[in-house]
Amino acid sequence: MMMNQSSPLLTASGLTKLYGNRLGCASVSLELAEGEVLAIVGESGSGKTTLLNLLSGRLTPDSGMVSYRMRDGITRNLATLPEAERRFLARTDWGFVHQDAAQGLRMNVSAGGNIGERLMGIGNRHYGHIRAIASDWLERVEIDTSRIDDRPTAYSGGMRQRLQIARNLVTAPRLVFMDEPTGGLDVSVQARLLDLIRSLVADLGLAVILVTHDLSVARLLSHRILVMKSGAVIEAGLTDRVLDDPQAAYTQLLVSSVLAA
Amino acid sequence: MSAAPAYNFAYLDEQTKRMIRRAILKAIAIPGYQVPFASREMPMPYGWGTGGVQITAAILGKQDVLKVIDQGADDTTNAVSIRAFFAKTAGVEGTTATEKATIIQTRHRIPEAAMQDHQIIVYQVPLPEPLRLLEPRETETRTMHALAEYGLMHVKLYEDITRHGHIAKTFDYPVEVAGRYVMAPSPIPKFDNPKMDDCPALQLFGAGREKRIYAVPPYTKVVSLDFEDHPFEPTKFDHPCALCGSTASYLDEVVTDDKGGRMFVCSDTDYCEKRRAEGHHGHLYGGEDMPLEAAE
Repeated sequence: MMMNQSSPLLTASGLTKLYGNRLGCASVSLELAEGEVLAIVGESGSGKTTLLNLLSGRLTPDSGMVSYRMRDGITRNLATLPEAERRFLARTDWGFVHQDAAQGLRMNVSAGGNIGERLMGIGNRHYGHIRAIASDWLERVEIDTSRIDDRPTAYSGGMRQRLQIARNLVTAPRLVFMDEPTGGLDVSVQARLLDLIRSLVADLGLAVILVTHDLSVARLLSHRILVMKSGAVIEAGLTDRVLDDPQAAYTQLLVSSVLAA
Repeated sequence: MSAAPAYNFAYLDEQTKRMIRRAILKAIAIPGYQVPFASREMPMPYGWGTGGVQITAAILGKQDVLKVIDQGADDTTNAVSIRAFFAKTAGVEGTTATEKATIIQTRHRIPEAAMQDHQIIVYQVPLPEPLRLLEPRETETRTMHALAEYGLMHVKLYEDITRHGHIAKTFDYPVEVAGRYVMAPSPIPKFDNPKMDDCPALQLFGAGREKRIYAVPPYTKVVSLDFEDHPFEPTKFDHPCALCGSTASYLDEVVTDDKGGRMFVCSDTDYCEKRRAEGHHGHLYGGEDMPLEAAE
């Protein structure tokens, strides 16, 4: 799906980030094609979230660069993009799903307002249209549309996470960053959310960069996996290959430590 | 001139006035942009118009005629004391007549009489940042202004419609100035918002505590934010003024007894007095209780 353009959607080369003397992320390079789901796995403190923040422009790398193929087909270095364009990109062509939905939502604004914010941000000024689109998205993420005027504070954890996803997808982004989207949810809610993410990703042809420590999430959603340890990528490859035939010693340990996945 | 010798003309020293004038010039050059300035301690509490007073002091000349209103009235404490302050420190002539004034310092209202092109209207502003209640970080609101990211303002209006069925904001209603900056028009009622658009007078806004000055130059486009299907509507009243019978002015509700009695009168006292002098009467001032349509 949507793989007609040959150049990658996002390219990172030599990304390095130091926190003082400590290494956040060391010389990571990767490419992401349109519609591809890439999982970044590893233990806590391995640099997964640092890498995600570097890729999404939320952190500035000490060295290395990230470039992105814009909607007009021109690939540009994100570091040289003016701030206005970078922020516009981040709220139209990108999405960011936080582990804690409270970080990605406006908790004192109704669900409809949360979904509508991006639309209003790009100049939609028709209340009726915004509301209709918000209602449509609530349906797509399986939230009862009668709850459109409720604040996320009145939502359960799973519903908040689905609302956050709807809020991000309303501008039809091509790339979504997800930081442990199913973390902190109980198992049945997790399964339903994963199901939803998988079908949305397939339907919309989204490219996703997914950070998770849960190998079963990675197996279910991703096409490719990067395994990180101590800030470096120690193994990369197709998901099934990495999980079924791990090469690096650490990956073998990681895979074998999963209880009957 | 009757200025007390202990003070420089108009209280502030000349260097301070220069600094404020520079901020004002910058504000006029970038309509709606909040210019930071080194706000001084004034001999009055914050919230009483320290920003407005500093602007007035910086632009005041000996020939100026000063009018000060508070909620439209010339005779309230704030208005009287600021007028007395400048009478003492600058010896300028004070007035209550809108037409005679060259500088009008105001809190919460724009006078009903049409502004003229030789006048300057100075607003006292408590909260200059229209995005503040939505976004608490100053760094973030500055970036949002710089990049004209005003979607959040509409989220607030969206919430109003969702909760109340209409945009419930009735004062300090956000406006877009000259097609660029979103600005808080100080706590004037939204009834006054249309008067800011294409206004012949220069409009200056001073926030003393927040240390910001901003401006709307004469004849500048000022648009109240709204949705296409929920357009901006100024407040309308069901009654004419009980004293002068005006149906075109902003009215205050005054409780007259402890039995639920109340009257609606013009908040602009100068406008109301002039109309009564011209022979207009409301039902509590020698007139008849007329229905709204027939009142004018």
